[in-house]
Amino acid sequence: MDRTELHAIAERELASRAPVRIHCCMAAGCQATGAAELRSRLDTALAEAGLAGRAEVVPVGCLSLCGHGPLVSIVPDGPLYASVRPDDAPAIVAALQGAPCAVRQVDRNAPFFARQRPVVLRASGSFDPERIEEYIAVGGYQALATVLHDLSPAEVIEQITRSGLRGRGGAGYPTGLKWATVAKSAAPPGDGPRKFVVCNGDEGDPGAFMDRSILESNPHLVLEGMAIAAYAVGASQGYLYVRGEYPLAIQRLTKAISQARKYGLLGAQIFESGFDFRVEIRVGAGAFVCGEETALIASIEGRRGQPRPRPPYPAESGLWGCPTLINNVETFANVAPIIQHGPEWFAAIGTATSKGTKVFALTGNVRNTGLIEVPMGMTLREIVEELGGGTPDGSPVKAVQTGGPSGGCIPAARFDTPVDYESLAAAGSIMGSGGMVVMDATTNMVEIARYYMEFCRDESCGKCIPCRVGTVQMHRLLSGIASGHGSAADLAQLEQLSQLLRETSLCGLGQSAPNPVLSTLHYFRDEYEACLAASKDPG
Amino acid sequence: MAAKTLTIDGTLVSAREGESILEAAREAGITIPTLCHLDGLSEVGACRLCLVELTGSRRLQPACLTPVAEGMEVRTSTERLREHRRAIVELLFAERGHVCAVCVASGACELQDLAARLGVTHVRYDYLAPACTVDISHPRFGIDHHRCVLCTRCVRACDEVEGVHTWDVAGRGTAARVITDLHVPWGQATSCTSCGKCLHACPTGAIFQRGSSVAELKRDPGVIALVVAARKERW
Amino acid sequence: MTAPKLRLATVWLGGCSGCHMSLLDLDEWLIELAARVELVFSPIADTKRFPESVDLALVEGAIANEEHLALITLVRRRSRVLLSLGDCAVTGNVTALRNPLGTAASILQQIYVDHGDPRGHVPTGSAIVPALLDRVLPVHAVVPVDCFLPGCPPPAPRIRAVLEALLAGEPPPATPEMIRFG
Repeated sequence: MDRTELHAIAERELASRAPVRIHCCMAAGCQATGAAELRSRLDTALAEAGLAGRAEVVPVGCLSLCGHGPLVSIVPDGPLYASVRPDDAPAIVAALQGAPCAVRQVDRNAPFFARQRPVVLRASGSFDPERIEEYIAVGGYQALATVLHDLSPAEVIEQITRSGLRGRGGAGYPTGLKWATVAKSAAPPGDGPRKFVVCNGDEGDPGAFMDRSILESNPHLVLEGMAIAAYAVGASQGYLYVRGEYPLAIQRLTKAISQARKYGLLGAQIFESGFDFRVEIRVGAGAFVCGEETALIASIEGRRGQPRPRPPYPAESGLWGCPTLINNVETFANVAPIIQHGPEWFAAIGTATSKGTKVFALTGNVRNTGLIEVPMGMTLREIVEELGGGTPDGSPVKAVQTGGPSGGCIPAARFDTPVDYESLAAAGSIMGSGGMVVMDATTNMVEIARYYMEFCRDESCGKCIPCRVGTVQMHRLLSGIASGHGSAADLAQLEQLSQLLRETSLCGLGQSAPNPVLSTLHYFRDEYEACLAASKDPG
Repeated sequence: MAAKTLTIDGTLVSAREGESILEAAREAGITIPTLCHLDGLSEVGACRLCLVELTGSRRLQPACLTPVAEGMEVRTSTERLREHRRAIVELLFAERGHVCAVCVASGACELQDLAARLGVTHVRYDYLAPACTVDISHPRFGIDHHRCVLCTRCVRACDEVEGVHTWDVAGRGTAARVITDLHVPWGQATSCTSCGKCLHACPTGAIFQRGSSVAELKRDPGVIALVVAARKERW
Repeated sequence: MTAPKLRLATVWLGGCSGCHMSLLDLDEWLIELAARVELVFSPIADTKRFPESVDLALVEGAIANEEHLALITLVRRRSRVLLSLGDCAVTGNVTALRNPLGTAASILQQIYVDHGDPRGHVPTGSAIVPALLDRVLPVHAVVPVDCFLPGCPPPAPRIRAVLEALLAGEPPPATPEMIRFG
């Protein structure tokens, strides 16, 4: 495989396409609402209409407006159909020939679409993620070719550093700095691969599905990012850690890896360079804590998935004691676009400290539920009110929760907060991996805090005492307060335990578990006090 | 080996490079509370009792896992740390069924000692009172999970010193339990050599010799370090 | 004129009375104590009603039944200082060993029928034996407690040290020897 061949594949692929494509979203959300049957009915309808050759049905990745699936997009320049039923297939096909069509259409110029700035999701929904040729046709693997032919590892790291990309898993650690640390960490002596690249696809925040969607819609984008990273840091082996609850993502990744190997885009001597990179999938077994990098490493090594104290950081001592680069799915998905368009292009998007875009899973009491990608710095108000369209019944939005069980609730009064790492932290939440849950006035914030604490309690691995037992006690206190059996002493104890877990837990799960409590206490203390005032056991 | 000079609770202390704060403090006569630490075993930093404050570090650091550094300023017993330690010990007492009055280990129990030393007069949290199992399928030893604090000292002693790995942990959160082999009764765990190292390593009365009654437990946690040191000298 | 005597009460809830035995182990110091306090309520004195205006109440035992619950509420209301005496009052201890076994009804069923007489039945209808609570609780889980003296039982010298401190209006000593469970 060389660049000429890559271009040839792309051209062949483009030439083989029918003039009209019916893009049928086959991501998990639309499949759950019947996309698979719809797709076969569209195929049948096309054949029956005698349009074979002039139009084709293409299974594609996420089309963004997940709450209104199944989604079908007619390309080029056709409508976007929403909430499509299998019975609608003949009407959609007839519409290709100019017949009037009653199937619900969505305005692509609506703010939900128009205000997005897709970088990671740019090609999502425009090609079949199960065919590498389609990915190559949209420019896939060109960044890897560029890197291997034109750039030294140091130059790659320099570009990533210059782009200002920060970790999309939530903490926002500068990606270039992490890569540089792994690159300069000495690999211990021994046989086999002695440096590793790991993609963290153990997404688990309630309401979050950014990584799942990226993996389902564009698996090669992540693989390409991993390969570039491996070249930059000097690794020859990669692991993609995906949670077991994402079978479609695992299936597509498995296919993607085997296709890439066939084309020589993974494996030995990629692009006929001296660079070797192999990727294996590791499937998680349902523990949220395995999203924590040291627990993830333990899990890949075949040990019990629980964290260990850092330092040493995985960049110095990770998988089997070797320097290991761990980045999140979305972080890797940003790599190829940065290489392709240049770090300056990327750095021009976003704010001074948070560059680029962020993918959010917009869910909850919001009209437009779905996957969005917006430039960093857009305000919560713009996201919730304009893209999200507010609440379905038009009542005022009360708060948004970002960052999942590690994050916090931000009240409507603070909706001018721009989404960047620092501003969200200053508002008492975190960027997190991208879950964004919208709440209206019917949401009880004590109940929300209780819910997230229950999640943390259930997901605590049990290794360190504050998290293991503290989450149980905090959940009991919150349940008591929410159910009208709380006292002022309970509230004081809740705050004491919050402090304890923050300061003494071993890993991020326990340290951040009090965040939903602390942020709701900060902004919605009146709701706690109302529960206490109505309490049957005021203490 | 290079010496490092640091201050622990205002006292200038000289320590060997690579030594942990815990070791350096102990050599200087400063006791930092521990529970999951046992001389001779690897450190896991799980109990969080040895957390200390370091000047210049926002985060509390486990003394067992933090190596000494030149010029380091360590505080081991601030009011904040004492309060956190009391809370952690109280959480343990609340978690399972630690009834000192009827325990074989009373008088020789690290949890009981910690409570007294840290000023735990009572437990502020709700007692969870779970129904745990007692496994006396082994002819010589037994384990009462009511008294287990999940320090994993048995797991490490068995794995690292005896080299057998009969013990491990299953389940998660407060449902986590130490188990033998693939979660079979101890008496059926064929890998167990009945060496008794887990008994010596256990800080509470969870692992006991069958037939011993209240406050009768005899054990020597130092035996683990002794074996480890003796092997180092020989091999 | 001598200072008015401090009004002392001792209360026996769900416990084995070992803490009261330990109190009696104070031997001749009891005579000194008697000079400084008036014992207004105690299982070892012939009083039936918990009086008003108690200065110090020593409470042995956990809250295990309805009677304990009613009494501790009264004790708390009428006492200036409430001291949890011994592990049952402080932690639930042996009295609370039944908690993992289930609710009161389930435990009675286990004791009287399942592990007792399969043809038997759970005693009912008695107004003499107070009803068990579903959960045995330490005293401070029910009412506020001012000081704690753990131990099963707390040895007499510990009780004396605490009483001396309280009589002198000082906080009770909290050294490791003074507060050991078990």
